[in-house]
Amino acid sequence: MNVLIIGCGRVGSSIALQLQREGWDVTVVDENEDALTRLGEHWPGTFLVGHGIDVDLLREAGIEEADAVVAVTDGDNTNILIGQVAQKRFDIGCVVVRVLDPARADFYNTLGLRTICPTKTAIDSLMDAVRSCEIAPPVRVSR
Amino acid sequence: MYAIVAGGGKVGANVARSLVRLGNEVTLIEQERGRFERLEEEFEHQVQRGDATELSVLERAGIARPPDIVLALTGDDEDNLVIAQLAREKYGVEQVIARVNDPRNQAHFDLLGISPTVCATSSIMALVEHEVPEHDLIHLLELRRENLEIVEVQIDRDSPSAGKRVEALDLPDGARLISVMRSGRAEIAVGATQLEAGDQVLAILEPGKEDELRRVLLRR
Repeated sequence: MNVLIIGCGRVGSSIALQLQREGWDVTVVDENEDALTRLGEHWPGTFLVGHGIDVDLLREAGIEEADAVVAVTDGDNTNILIGQVAQKRFDIGCVVVRVLDPARADFYNTLGLRTICPTKTAIDSLMDAVRSCEIAPPVRVSR
Repeated sequence: MYAIVAGGGKVGANVARSLVRLGNEVTLIEQERGRFERLEEEFEHQVQRGDATELSVLERAGIARPPDIVLALTGDDEDNLVIAQLAREKYGVEQVIARVNDPRNQAHFDLLGISPTVCATSSIMALVEHEVPEHDLIHLLELRRENLEIVEVQIDRDSPSAGKRVEALDLPDGARLISVMRSGRAEIAVGATQLEAGDQVLAILEPGKEDELRRVLLRR
């Protein structure tokens, strides 16, 4: 199975390494050549330097044979565009994009794009953590 | 008319200024602090600071009214696409114009149905092609919504169409001649119009019919 990952930061590189260990053929694209170091010294997959909205680059990265596309660059709007191009132009069934802004993530969900919003996840986890703390109720002192 | 202009660079600021001068109600949105402060001196309450791809910023600018038109004119094509999609799909704005900075991104705007778009680079290149023709068939205008284009063809001495009447030409389906320019004067092309060497002919056609038209008029 082929997966194309656009954006090789902390998140993109971790997903790439993990999927590669699970037996996927992984291609990673990043604007910055240095991002390759995040994939370790012996990255067995493909790594291409370029912008993820460049259709020629996406073709070179094998998007036409991809089973899944993951857009995790540091730009919400870039991820949103890459996701829509993968879905609508290249008919990729499994497209997942990261959108940090909860409002935009919700809106594009309604348009049929699978958006993952780490901000929302963080808010939920932090709220749960606060609620689960065992704190003695404040003592009311009456005058 | 109420207009929201996203992006306060040279293009956005000049468009906003022109709209204000014409008596329109305008909100200009600019993200960058330094630029916003300079714009504020001129536009006062008509400029707001923020990222126009954020829903809260658009809402503060009154996108829910909705405005008569939204102009996505930032220097970033991804941002312009998202602004245009939000305006149209989420807030039901009927008129949206988007700027394309890199002509290679035009296909993305077309794919997502964002129209009309304006691309300075493409316009300049079309002018260059018109002024310094490298080809015998010059693209003058693309009618994107109609899926038609208007081209100009120069008839020369060796062209098979020189000396023929328009009705005698075996024009391909999806292509029609519009006019003939001869010695500085243009005439509407009708069946009886006879083409001559030196004529500049305007034709309207479906994209992809260029080669057939070229064959009929120029045999090339």
